[in-house]
Amino acid sequence: MGLMDRFKAQRELHAAVKTCGADPFGVKMDKILSSTEALVEGRRTILCGSNNYLGFTFDADCIQAAKDALDACGTGTTGSRIANGSYNDHKALEADLADFYGKKHCMVFTTGYQANLGAISTLAGPDDFLIIDADSHASIYDACKLGSATVIRFKHNDPADLDRRLGRLADQPGNKIVVVEGIYSMLGDHAPLKEFVAVSKKHGAYILVDEAHSMGVMGKTGQGVVEHDGVLDQVDFITGTFSKSMGAIGGFLVSNDPDFEILRVSCRPYMFTASLPPATVASVRVSLAKLRANPGLMNKLWDNVDTLYNGVQAAGFSVGKQKGPVVAIHLTDPAMAARAWRALLLNGVYVNLALPPATPSGTALLRCSVSAAHSTEQLETVVSILSQIGREIGILKNETRAVAAE
Amino acid sequence: MAASAAQVSSFSLHDVVAEIATALVPFKKSEIEITATTDISRDLNMDSLAVMDLLMELEDKFDVSIPLNMVPEISTVGQLAQTVIDSKKGA
Ligand SMILES: Cc1ncc(COP(=O)(O)O)c(C=O)c1O
Repeated sequence: MGLMDRFKAQRELHAAVKTCGADPFGVKMDKILSSTEALVEGRRTILCGSNNYLGFTFDADCIQAAKDALDACGTGTTGSRIANGSYNDHKALEADLADFYGKKHCMVFTTGYQANLGAISTLAGPDDFLIIDADSHASIYDACKLGSATVIRFKHNDPADLDRRLGRLADQPGNKIVVVEGIYSMLGDHAPLKEFVAVSKKHGAYILVDEAHSMGVMGKTGQGVVEHDGVLDQVDFITGTFSKSMGAIGGFLVSNDPDFEILRVSCRPYMFTASLPPATVASVRVSLAKLRANPGLMNKLWDNVDTLYNGVQAAGFSVGKQKGPVVAIHLTDPAMAARAWRALLLNGVYVNLALPPATPSGTALLRCSVSAAHSTEQLETVVSILSQIGREIGILKNETRAVAAE
Repeated sequence: MAASAAQVSSFSLHDVVAEIATALVPFKKSEIEITATTDISRDLNMDSLAVMDLLMELEDKFDVSIPLNMVPEISTVGQLAQTVIDSKKGA
């Protein structure tokens, strides 16, 4: 058997998807024009699939801070924090984040993926239990594989189900860590965190929340669902990323755990990879400072969410129940979803195509995401092109056909 | 809880296989009968997500914990049934 033979099924699936006329997982952005537009196949295209929730990728102050850091500290650190040392700004960013979350400790990682990989695989030991939401991000599943704990999965966003599964572990002596996300990246719904915290406390379990898609998006000051649900002080660990609302790259872990600092010499995805480059750290510090100085930035995001979510819902698309910056249009037929995705791109709209088994419960998704930097006109254009394509492809009932059927 | 525990401890491998076979009906590729030797990923239309969902369903059906860590060790329906029985004993 050849090295790559076992990917036969994936190869066939990918080939089938590409028959829509392009590769949805290999789009080339010829030129980035702004935080909401790029040139794709020679066309000006509205970016409605990024996670650029606050539009910080082209913020003038963030760019200037990155340029200054580049001049002052160079292009990279060429090693990990434990080998090559921490730059002032690594420590400063950790202090900023600890302060933002009102927690004593913070560690910054090179990506959000590594923050989850590191935190989850290291916190839970061989005698411990990780109890994770069934729809968890790949970084959480991979963390479980990297670590040595026993892993139990509970039904997505279902506190009663978590309660039952923790109940079955009641006689087991190990520590239990419940892992959930704030906003879920694919469906765009968010965790009932207050209930999850209550269930976790009832069973004496720790709880870790990944606020990757909810930091800078939910809560009065942008802390995420922990703030929205008023449970920040009861959550043991929070992870997150700088690759979404912060407009850069990197990840973090914050906590009040008194023994936190030991993680810096025991957490392998922190220890054995190069630390964040100075320009990135500098731009993230400015993004975070701007969010803190003006949480009203989130109002524009939520106004835009209204425009897109209400627009596609009114057009007749099936969308997630919870309104948020991830607007996932649900389709049952993956081939139809791929055709719609391709038609959107040909008409200057870029969204994400998500197909099973990467999506929960076998649905195909046209995943749209909203940015505070989108103009109302851009989002109205997206809704109108989506509606037109939806009718052409047969996702939406054609009015004339609907009349004829009656 | 005690009642269901008693129920399961009296279950034979044969009974658990039968229960699993019922749960697997939607994943049948053809009209083949599902037995202890049926290979879950090769003989059925199941991707990794479907396997994990099946474990959750069986956890509830038999009131046991079946860790995801077991997945790489389970390839046949018989092995899965044995895992369920062992989980019950361990609890
Ligand atoms: C829920 C969740 N956690 C973590 C990550 C990883 O973040 P990063 O892109 O910074 O690696 C992502 C995004 O990819 C995510 O959706």
